[in-house]
Amino acid sequence: MNHFSEKEEKIETFIQDLLRSYPKGPEILIPLLQKIQETLGFLPREAMEKVAVHLDISESEVYGVATFYNQFRFHPPGKHPVKVCMGTACHVKGATVILESWERRLNIKVGQTTADREFSLDRVACVGCCALAPVAVVGEKVHGHMAPTKVDGLLLAFQLEREGKKAP
Amino acid sequence: MNPEQKFSVQQSFARLRSLALDKWQSLKRGGEPTILVGSATCGRASGALEIFKAFQEETERAGIRAHLLQVGCLGHCYAEPLVIISRPGFPAIVYSRVNPVIASLLVHSFLLAGDPCMELMLGALEENDSFPTVFELPRFRMETRLLLKRCGLIDPEDIDQSIANAGYEGLCRVLQQEPAEVISLLTHSGLRGRGGAGFPAGKKWEICARAEGSPKYVIANADEGDPGAFMDRSLLESDPHQTLEGLMIAGYAIGASSGIIYLRSEYPLAAERVQKAISQAEAAGLLGEKILGSDFSFRVSLFRASGAFVCGEETALIQSIEGKRGMPRFRPPYPAITGLKGKPTLINNVKTLSAVPHIVLNGVQSFTSIGTEGSKGTMVFALVGKVNNAGLIEVPMGMTLGQLIFDLSGGIPQGKRFKAVQIGGPSGGCLPEKFLSLPIDFESFKEAGAMMGSGGMVVLDEDDCMVEVARYFLDFTQRESCGKCTFCRLGTWQMLNLLEEMTQGKGRIEDLRLLQELAEDIQVGALCNLGKTAPNPILTTLRYFQDEYEAHILQRKCPARRCRALTAFYIVPEKCERSCDACVGSCPVEAIKNDRRMKKIIDQEKCVKCGSCSGACPPQYQAVVKISPLSEVPPIR
Repeated sequence: MNHFSEKEEKIETFIQDLLRSYPKGPEILIPLLQKIQETLGFLPREAMEKVAVHLDISESEVYGVATFYNQFRFHPPGKHPVKVCMGTACHVKGATVILESWERRLNIKVGQTTADREFSLDRVACVGCCALAPVAVVGEKVHGHMAPTKVDGLLLAFQLEREGKKAP
Repeated sequence: MNPEQKFSVQQSFARLRSLALDKWQSLKRGGEPTILVGSATCGRASGALEIFKAFQEETERAGIRAHLLQVGCLGHCYAEPLVIISRPGFPAIVYSRVNPVIASLLVHSFLLAGDPCMELMLGALEENDSFPTVFELPRFRMETRLLLKRCGLIDPEDIDQSIANAGYEGLCRVLQQEPAEVISLLTHSGLRGRGGAGFPAGKKWEICARAEGSPKYVIANADEGDPGAFMDRSLLESDPHQTLEGLMIAGYAIGASSGIIYLRSEYPLAAERVQKAISQAEAAGLLGEKILGSDFSFRVSLFRASGAFVCGEETALIQSIEGKRGMPRFRPPYPAITGLKGKPTLINNVKTLSAVPHIVLNGVQSFTSIGTEGSKGTMVFALVGKVNNAGLIEVPMGMTLGQLIFDLSGGIPQGKRFKAVQIGGPSGGCLPEKFLSLPIDFESFKEAGAMMGSGGMVVLDEDDCMVEVARYFLDFTQRESCGKCTFCRLGTWQMLNLLEEMTQGKGRIEDLRLLQELAEDIQVGALCNLGKTAPNPILTTLRYFQDEYEAHILQRKCPARRCRALTAFYIVPEKCERSCDACVGSCPVEAIKNDRRMKKIIDQEKCVKCGSCSGACPPQYQAVVKISPLSEVPPIR
């Protein structure tokens, strides 16, 4: 488990450096959690504990705030995070079908990460690209006019990439 | 303000402006072509960055010196990616649906050889003798672009391009006036809050200016949480300085020294551009201590929200800036009197603030000449859903819904029938065909049971089920309910359960009355406007589409054939062409098989009702049909 302890150490030093650069005060809590998530991809329990100590508030308060907002997640995202837009425009153009296609192909439910940590699947309220509905965001890239077959196509492209081949 | 200071403000701004104008003129008259690539989020999603790169590489290869700029959004999302090319000797020309191949073609044919490729253009942006202009298109002709005026035409990351096009001129003028004059100007303009409720902006400013306590705060509310709305995103990505200027004017008028832009977490590009705009304004001396030599000092910071719909509500927004859970509190006291950190706080929507510089600059008269009696000015809508030309539209108040949907947005695709338009997101309602002649204004929408909301508009056609739409919105508000008050927390949950049963064919006829009663109680009992307006989608659909609810309950039938539990896909054997395999390949769950005659049949047990087969079936056969209720599906022989 050497690999893990090394990783934990890394998290530890990052949090400590970060906390030093931030002032104390309750209004800093959300920006602080955002910064942690931006770097680590999620909010580890240890990080939230340290934030609570730093801001001199209870751990449950930190956890209460973090779980209130949709942005924060508590387990690591996949290498390629998939977010399916569930806004109104996407909904009327079949967002549910798209979400189900990802669930079926990745064999996970929404909110989960695949066992190989390659993909995670989430729903987002609206990414604001309503004219391209239905929309899915894979990594940073927005894919418009999604269809079940396009889900297959995207997954195939990733698979080819992993195998070192270029997508046709 | 003494005359000396007045002079100093004028002088400082004139200096900024002349520098900016010089830069702008040299860009326009330098003899080199300029290429503007629309690269807001929606443009990027359609490949704007690839096109930008293609232009870069092609011009380099061809040895052409050209100014390549990433601009914001023109609002024509249906035609993205959009590119505007100005070449000396030609008017500026808009090209739609550009791809890297077209980009390369334009560099060679237009920039090198002087052939502007008529077949690819949307139209010229200026009047001229040789080419049709975009103003011949109804969309361009019928819009009144006030807030969107500079959007898509200037580089949002260059403050000088904004200043050269009247940016910050309003601020310069305001700084020479007394704050009370500014407030009275706004009051007379009749500007109403664009966030949803339509509270008179001048009145809000006045209350906040009179409130005791210091420091005071101004907040631009850009927590655009309505699913299906993206006006604020587009404005901040395309012209962040406009909102910033409005925020500063508000700060000056109420006597605040700091402003906050509260931006939704899902908008990374807008955050980047707003941050850049703030730094550039600081560098130019438009933000900071003693702005332009006046006594006014003002700082702006960006607060990135964390994704909670309820934080669009003023008091919840304040809670979240203070580092707490975003839960609304009872009003009064209103934030204008007791807000952030207990101090007077003015919270205005991005569009409200963005309208302010125009009112200051062009005067009350010019603003009040647009719109209706009770609703002045323009309104920016995000018109999406089942329309041909989806996108961002700015129209004068008083235009009818029908004009907006059919004339400006090109009507319903594939010759389908219009069914309803959903206005105002989860707080609004669904209006049927008879309201197409309804003029757009705060009062008329309210009377019809909908609400102006922030400007999201989703068009629904004959394939959309109204019970399903109501269920969708309730699902949204139920998830986003903060949980503080019982009416919203449990009420929305109960209503959602009833709707879910109906869409699954398990509803009972007496549920309709229960639904109505619950909805009316929640309207009265909920703590904040999120809760109070949550029943609106149900109440309007019950009022205008009761027959659809009854069909779901009494006949277990979804008239729009949309509710999946009540609908089946079926291949009509007489229409199916036996040698064609299109549907088989498209099915993600291998539910389509051959029968003895090689006709295709759907295994209803396996079918997930995704509709892929109906899209794959060649149009000359159209053999895949949807059937509701399930009892009408013919047995497989």
